[in-house]
Amino acid sequence: MKAAGFRFLRARCVAEALALKAEHGEDARFIAGGQSLVPALNLRLLEPRALIDIAGLPELTGIRVERGRLVIGALTRHAALTGDPLVAAHAPLLLEALPYVAHAAIRNRGTFGGSIALADPAAEWPACCLALDATMVLTGPHAEGERRVPATEFFRGLYATALGPDDLLLRVEIPCQPAGTRNAALELARRHGDFAIVGVAATASDRELKDARIAFFGVADRPMRFAEVERALAVEGVSAAAEALARQVDPPADLYHSAATKRHLAGVLLRRAVDRLRGAA
Amino acid sequence: MDEEIELAFTLNGKAVRRRVPVRLHAVDLLREVFGLSGPRVACEHGICGACTLRVDGQLARGCLLLAPQLEGTDVWTIEGLTATGEIADLQNEFHARNAMQCGWCTAGMLITAAEILDAPAPMDRQAIREHLSGNYCRCTGYQAIVDAVEATRQARAAGRSAA
Repeated sequence: MKAAGFRFLRARCVAEALALKAEHGEDARFIAGGQSLVPALNLRLLEPRALIDIAGLPELTGIRVERGRLVIGALTRHAALTGDPLVAAHAPLLLEALPYVAHAAIRNRGTFGGSIALADPAAEWPACCLALDATMVLTGPHAEGERRVPATEFFRGLYATALGPDDLLLRVEIPCQPAGTRNAALELARRHGDFAIVGVAATASDRELKDARIAFFGVADRPMRFAEVERALAVEGVSAAAEALARQVDPPADLYHSAATKRHLAGVLLRRAVDRLRGAA
Repeated sequence: MDEEIELAFTLNGKAVRRRVPVRLHAVDLLREVFGLSGPRVACEHGICGACTLRVDGQLARGCLLLAPQLEGTDVWTIEGLTATGEIADLQNEFHARNAMQCGWCTAGMLITAAEILDAPAPMDRQAIREHLSGNYCRCTGYQAIVDAVEATRQARAAGRSAA
């Protein structure tokens, strides 16, 4: 299908983007890479009267380190993470997850921040943000300046986040991981590059896994950590953690996979992730 | 009445400028306005890869780019890549193996495969398949397509080491 008509407004700075949004209100949507928005336009799931193009805002692009945090501008394209030395040094989990993010053609256009703002429950970056204790930095049109929202409070439900309708995600800040941090990103999908059936993004400071942070995606309406699973892993080991997961996780069925299948697959991925964190796989 | 913009970009090496509706996606723009039938319209939501283009040197989905997003870019379609001869060897390998049935996916397959022909690291068939995983062939011709890509990569690597 074809997109319905809209006006195309190009913002040159954040202030102008917010002003345009305030002017056009609910009838307007921000467009960055457009790799999720344009399908929705083509399918006419969305018919905004105006698109505000933010792709050219220079202040929202790029990767840097600031005060012990890896800062990723919202407009940084997925492909730009490939081989980035700062990401490799300070948040290598992202590089483990990167090959699972869509296909090469999509990674070249889609943005890191766009994926997080959309908050698809089966997407990789929101789960990585949760595992890495990231903070989202937002701004809005109401002159309140910047707001900082931790990942635990940012993802609120199915495609629902702490972003208000007129808010803009500026950047994501990730505490620099100490050298030697263990990481594992794994997922199962019907076709390489598709959204995950079930996935996991996990990190731990060492092989003991006393402080593992294990975020699952595709198992709920948002990325999820399960305190009981992480505690069982630290105290009793992987079998107890898998049992805790089976008790805790309550995945929604999709077209192809029942809730029971997804629960089983989550357990399989937990075991694989633990092997990988321990360096056995 | 559709809003229009004055759009200027480079298409297959030539500067072009046209007044176009903003709501056109790049495939419709290239087909309907510029008369290029290489980029295919198929799923129109980024799943199948039949509309794959090279934009600023990188793969992109034509159906997921709106006309205004092409402003100032350097766009190549299969027509342009054929004219330069850049992928003539790949096209010959496809031809030799009949690596297509209906041909609908072929332009997208060729443009996607072109990106890995000169990748320096060795690439096994699994890696080639993963690179092509964003391009559907509904005639199930993948085996011959992977054969053609692998053969072209090997021939180019042999050519480099001989040179």
